[in-house]
Amino acid sequence: MNAITESVETRVARRQVQQTPLWKRILKRPEVGALGGVILVFVFFYVMAPPFRQLSALSTVLYQASILGIPAVAVALLMIGGEFDLSAGVAVVSSSLAASMFATEVTGNLWIGMLLALVLSLGIGALNGYLLVRTKLHSFLVTLSTFLMLQGLNIAITKLVTGNVATADISGMDGFDLGQRIFASSFHVFGTSVSIAIVYWLIFAAIATWVLLRTRIGNWIFAVGGQGDSARAVGIPVKRVKIGLFMVVGFSCWFTGMHMLFAYDTVQSGAGIGNELLYIASAVVGGCLLTGGYGSAAGSALGAFIFGMTTEGVIYADWDPDWFMFFVGAMLLLATVFNGWLRIRALSRSK
Amino acid sequence: MTSSNTPIIQLTNVGKSYGNISALRDVSLTVRQGEVTCILGDNGAGKSTLISIIAGLIGHDQGTYAVDGKPEHFTSPRQALDLGISAVYQTLALVPLLSVWRNFYLGSEIRKGSGLFKRLDVKTMQQTAEREVERMGINIPDLEQPVGTLSGGQRQVVAIARAVHFGARVLILDEPTAALGVTQSGLVLRYIATAAREHGIGVIFITHNPHHAYMVGDHFMVLARGEVELDTPRADLSLEDLMFHMAGGAGLNALQHELHRGEPTTAGQAA
Repeated sequence: MNAITESVETRVARRQVQQTPLWKRILKRPEVGALGGVILVFVFFYVMAPPFRQLSALSTVLYQASILGIPAVAVALLMIGGEFDLSAGVAVVSSSLAASMFATEVTGNLWIGMLLALVLSLGIGALNGYLLVRTKLHSFLVTLSTFLMLQGLNIAITKLVTGNVATADISGMDGFDLGQRIFASSFHVFGTSVSIAIVYWLIFAAIATWVLLRTRIGNWIFAVGGQGDSARAVGIPVKRVKIGLFMVVGFSCWFTGMHMLFAYDTVQSGAGIGNELLYIASAVVGGCLLTGGYGSAAGSALGAFIFGMTTEGVIYADWDPDWFMFFVGAMLLLATVFNGWLRIRALSRSK
Repeated sequence: MTSSNTPIIQLTNVGKSYGNISALRDVSLTVRQGEVTCILGDNGAGKSTLISIIAGLIGHDQGTYAVDGKPEHFTSPRQALDLGISAVYQTLALVPLLSVWRNFYLGSEIRKGSGLFKRLDVKTMQQTAEREVERMGINIPDLEQPVGTLSGGQRQVVAIARAVHFGARVLILDEPTAALGVTQSGLVLRYIATAAREHGIGVIFITHNPHHAYMVGDHFMVLARGEVELDTPRADLSLEDLMFHMAGGAGLNALQHELHRGEPTTAGQAA
């Protein structure tokens, strides 16, 4: 009976540590590494590149971040749910291509073209998810396949339909003005032009954070990515959650695709390659684990902000833009190491 | 809520064969409210087959399995769960990176609000989980901490507390102390006793360890090669007897004799 009486000491130390200090709780958040990174990179370019200090530069940086950040929020949700999506980069372009070509070449109506593009994007997401749960292959392989297929289809179909590698200009079509106002307009704050994409990005990040932390589906996403078998054992529809997450990525690709379409009027069919890795990198820098079950949607926004600052910072510092990718890589490495260290500290018993 | 003698589960001559290999033969077992039934046995003795039948993972093909006096033939664990028969397996249905209270309510989340704004009732869930976990006598300073940071024993207790909270009348515990140290085992054993005596739950405790079994058990069953080797209430059994049966009974004497060749032996201590 010794064993039993001995363990009573766990009872003695009752509830004194109920309230963990705020700073400690903040340190345990997954996005804290990215927050540190944001400060570091901001200070770095603030010092190195004088033009970076202007308000208009901040607006440009945020715009760059939002283009990455909108898909990255969805990719972060997917990664917390334990899966990858390598097809997201070209899927953005697929969506704008589809909208543009359905509108100009097939239906003659811009809105129907956008709607069909939405159906296509959600369909690509659903297909990714379905293939994943059906074949039980790793999502890396499944989405690598769709990535390569889409990359080929984007160029092949565009050439087939338009006889060119880019789509026709849509700016003359009915409804273009309204579409542009919705997806690609800008407004003025303190005399600086601010893109509406930034607003959407922040809204999406906020909604995703709320869903993750405060809704049942958010709880399920963490569980499905953390330990799928345990999730299934308590009755969570694991397959439906995964397919749903891929469709959310599909939606984010469509949304970004529409922004690109209305911002540039035409679409280059070969674009978008490589962006999928930036989305994943943003999510990882923002605290998502490659293995799933842990991460943050707000963190992915911070990650995208870091990459936005890096892209523009390199230009403002008047360096060769080729350095951008080097910085992305270095940032990713640093952030991952730092996040890993933090997570180990968070998971160790707080004494 | 003390131990009354209402049988919840009654197995009569239950058996299970795979082809012409019989995994289990003629097992009769009664689980009563508030009673801890210990099932012991070597690897391959039929313990897992037996608990799989009780938990509804596999169907039996001989004898009868009655719940509340009504014969049942389960085809899925869900049916057993709906009758309040809940199994906590070694691999536990907990998600390590998820916080304690989120794990506690995983799959049965409480929500408030409506429509698009339907959201988790975090406060209620945290408070209930805290109360339930505290009632089991373990102290978890911060329910926000991931389950992975808890000790093995605490994790078992959280899993058990969850089963109890969501209406288990019969708890099947599959080797809950197997991977635990002495202190941690004590924690789990204390909770097994609490669950039975204070909550009136019928517990089926599967273990390798006769010491652990004897501390909490009211009734003991030793299985060997798919058959019942020993089936006695606590009153008719000493720890030494239990250890002797557990260690292999008469077979062990022979083995010891063979190994020591004439050296003085003390059967029963070998366990």
